[in-house]
Amino acid sequence: MMAYYLGLALRSSRRSRALTALVIVLMGCGVATCMVSYAVFRATAADPIPWKSNQLFVAQVDNFGPTKTYQGEPPDLLSYTDATALLAASKAVRQALVYPVSLSIVPGDSQRQPFSLPGDAVTSDFFAMFDVPFRYGSHWSAADDAHRAAVVVISDALNRQLFGGADSVGRVINLDAHDYRIAGVLDDWNPRPRFFDLASSAGGAFGAPGQIYIPFGHAIDLQKSSSGASYCSSTDDSSSHGPGWSAFLRGECVWISAWVELPTAADTRRYRQYLGNYAAEQQRVGRFAWAPNVRLRSVMQWLDVEHVVPKASKLSMIVSMGFLLICLVNVMGLLLAGFMRRALEVGVRRALGASRGAIHRQFLVEAAALGLAGGVLGLLLTLLGLSGIRLVFEAKIAGLVRLDPALVLLTVLVAVITTLIAALYPVWRAAQVQPAWQLKSSG
Amino acid sequence: MQIQPILVALRRHRVATSLIVLQVALTLMIVSNALFIVQTRWVHLSRPTGTDEAHLFVIRNEWVGKLDVAQVDARMRADLATLRSMPGVRDAFASEAYPLEGGWGLLAGVRRQPQQTQRPQFSIVYFADEHALDTLGISLLAGRNFRADEIGSLGPYDRVAPAVVIITRDLAYKLFPDGSALGKTVYLVGGPTTIIGIVDVLQGPYAGSTTRTIDEDSILVPARLADPAGAVYLVRARPGELPALLQAAPAALLANNRLRVINPDGVITLAEARAGGYATDRGVAIAMGVACVLLLLATAGGIVGLSSFWVSQRRRQIGIRRALGATRRHILRYFQVENFLIVSGGIVLGALFGVAANLMLMKYWELPRMPLWVLGMGALLLWLLGQVAVFGPARRAAAVPPIEATRAV
Repeated sequence: MMAYYLGLALRSSRRSRALTALVIVLMGCGVATCMVSYAVFRATAADPIPWKSNQLFVAQVDNFGPTKTYQGEPPDLLSYTDATALLAASKAVRQALVYPVSLSIVPGDSQRQPFSLPGDAVTSDFFAMFDVPFRYGSHWSAADDAHRAAVVVISDALNRQLFGGADSVGRVINLDAHDYRIAGVLDDWNPRPRFFDLASSAGGAFGAPGQIYIPFGHAIDLQKSSSGASYCSSTDDSSSHGPGWSAFLRGECVWISAWVELPTAADTRRYRQYLGNYAAEQQRVGRFAWAPNVRLRSVMQWLDVEHVVPKASKLSMIVSMGFLLICLVNVMGLLLAGFMRRALEVGVRRALGASRGAIHRQFLVEAAALGLAGGVLGLLLTLLGLSGIRLVFEAKIAGLVRLDPALVLLTVLVAVITTLIAALYPVWRAAQVQPAWQLKSSG
Repeated sequence: MQIQPILVALRRHRVATSLIVLQVALTLMIVSNALFIVQTRWVHLSRPTGTDEAHLFVIRNEWVGKLDVAQVDARMRADLATLRSMPGVRDAFASEAYPLEGGWGLLAGVRRQPQQTQRPQFSIVYFADEHALDTLGISLLAGRNFRADEIGSLGPYDRVAPAVVIITRDLAYKLFPDGSALGKTVYLVGGPTTIIGIVDVLQGPYAGSTTRTIDEDSILVPARLADPAGAVYLVRARPGELPALLQAAPAALLANNRLRVINPDGVITLAEARAGGYATDRGVAIAMGVACVLLLLATAGGIVGLSSFWVSQRRRQIGIRRALGATRRHILRYFQVENFLIVSGGIVLGALFGVAANLMLMKYWELPRMPLWVLGMGALLLWLLGQVAVFGPARRAAAVPPIEATRAV
């Protein structure tokens, strides 16, 4: 029976070519625009560490006060005072302080120009906490942290550039005129979005991956300022602290991200409690003149707060859904016209004994076939759209977007299902045709 | 032409009619809002910075090793002397930010009274010296330029406390609406300062939309920021010399002192900065434009399809009208008026949708209120589109011969 319905559909599409083509083109365009914008949305809204994103949290403590925060939200970074206090309290299974730094390498060969490398100053838990994979060696120890040792973990790319990819653990490199012992070489590690120094990183959530990681304490000793965001409770940096680095550290400027790993809900509850107590203590000693205002956010909540998904992506999602809706309304009208034009055929089939159900099935099969054809066209247009995506989004975001089997399946599925939905009313109308009346009037 | 019979006929096709009305309404909603977004983005990205963009470029310089403020300042002065002595360079100065950079600039609160409790007027700081105005290519509207002896040297954690400042016309007007800013004393966090000059337009380094209200409220502070992390040199080339300088200027600095980093992406012309800073805005504008065109095509396609169907359904009625004396023109007019009525219905509904959508966008995308003329433009576009789309089917209807009335009876 299915084959018969498909045959009927084919014959009718041959009779009204323009209408069939219009339906297919509309569905194809509607679905393709939706899929292109969904592909971008999916890439930017991805979970960078799905296996433990609900166990990793960012701590925020309001050290600015209600008159200087935006809508009561604490700053998205921590001051040196608060960050080191949370680290020293050690109330979580693992904890890491992170801030972006830039270090330069001066090649021994004077013909080659010095170059700078982006990276992060981190505490030793950072690597285990984010399951950072190592190719050679491992991360530095807690003792290295305590001794503020000059050790470094470098990326696979830098290792290839400097050492041709050989095991370089234990070797010494010179960064910013200081010698560092290489403790480990990372494997390919590039979480997208780059969530761990999101609030401060200059490259943004989709910037290039870091090349070097040095101990937090050592970077502080070197007076290495953040290469990313750093802002103070007053709009003038200078009024929040006196002159010099140590006054800057003591002042109310924020530039450090503090991450904690809390495996269970009970841990999270306890830590939240601790954060509140910490802020209350600061209020008691007179540092804060306001009630505790703290936040503890998981990875995905953090990505949301930091607006990682570009506004342009959300906007294009909404517009493309609107476009698909208009296409559907359009297709509904066209199917109605197309089906009603065949009232005579329905009348004959009904008179010869086809039930209403059979008519329903026939036209639904036809609609599904149109949807499928629209889906295939949509797939081609999606491919075309994805190749043109660089015109709309920045290269670093456009580079994340790709067509995979899931997206192919989704494209076809959306096309077929939405066409079926649009066809419901036209099909119902077609099945309402009275056999006798139709036959008589068309004599 | 009587409208009554058209309405009666439409009542027999209630669903099909309301589908077209709905479609026109949705199209107007999206097209008007999208066009409005295109327009605001376009205005935003074509604003001038006020500088001589065509001849300006920037060198982002990082220092290697741990230097103190005095060492950094000495190196910066040597670099500036080197740059200014190059034959292709008209002038140069050092700052920490540049127009269209798109990154973070330094904000400063400006108070009119020393003990002012209400919110200070925010402005965007550029560090500058006596060469800054000539380098940027901006002119003084009033007052004087900095003198060489007024240029201070600041460490990265020092207070910004200049004795004199130059501000833009915009900021001057916001601080002193009566136009008397020149010579007045205002208060920065570091202390009082005197406004010695007012320049025309100078945009801040933020290209994004979040600081749009203060984008042209810049304040020039006479100081070199001797930051051990690095500095930004702004260089104005003589006409025709810019391409050569992009290579020669960094090379001259490296010859001066090799312990520095000038990354390949650290030499940027302002034209490149403009393209980069507004990439997203331009992208959104393009995408919205394409979406509008596709949408209008889809709607036109739908109108053609349904009108053709109606014409084919009414061949006999058309034949009868023709037989009873209606001219071709009458039939043509009938379908044109019918389309006009349907599209008008859609426009009324779509105007409501459009305003509602704009209110939503204002809430979530900090978009301004859509002026009514945008809706009017959208409506005009749809009326035209409807007439164009219906013309083919209507002409086919007009071509139905009167003999059709006698067929199939």
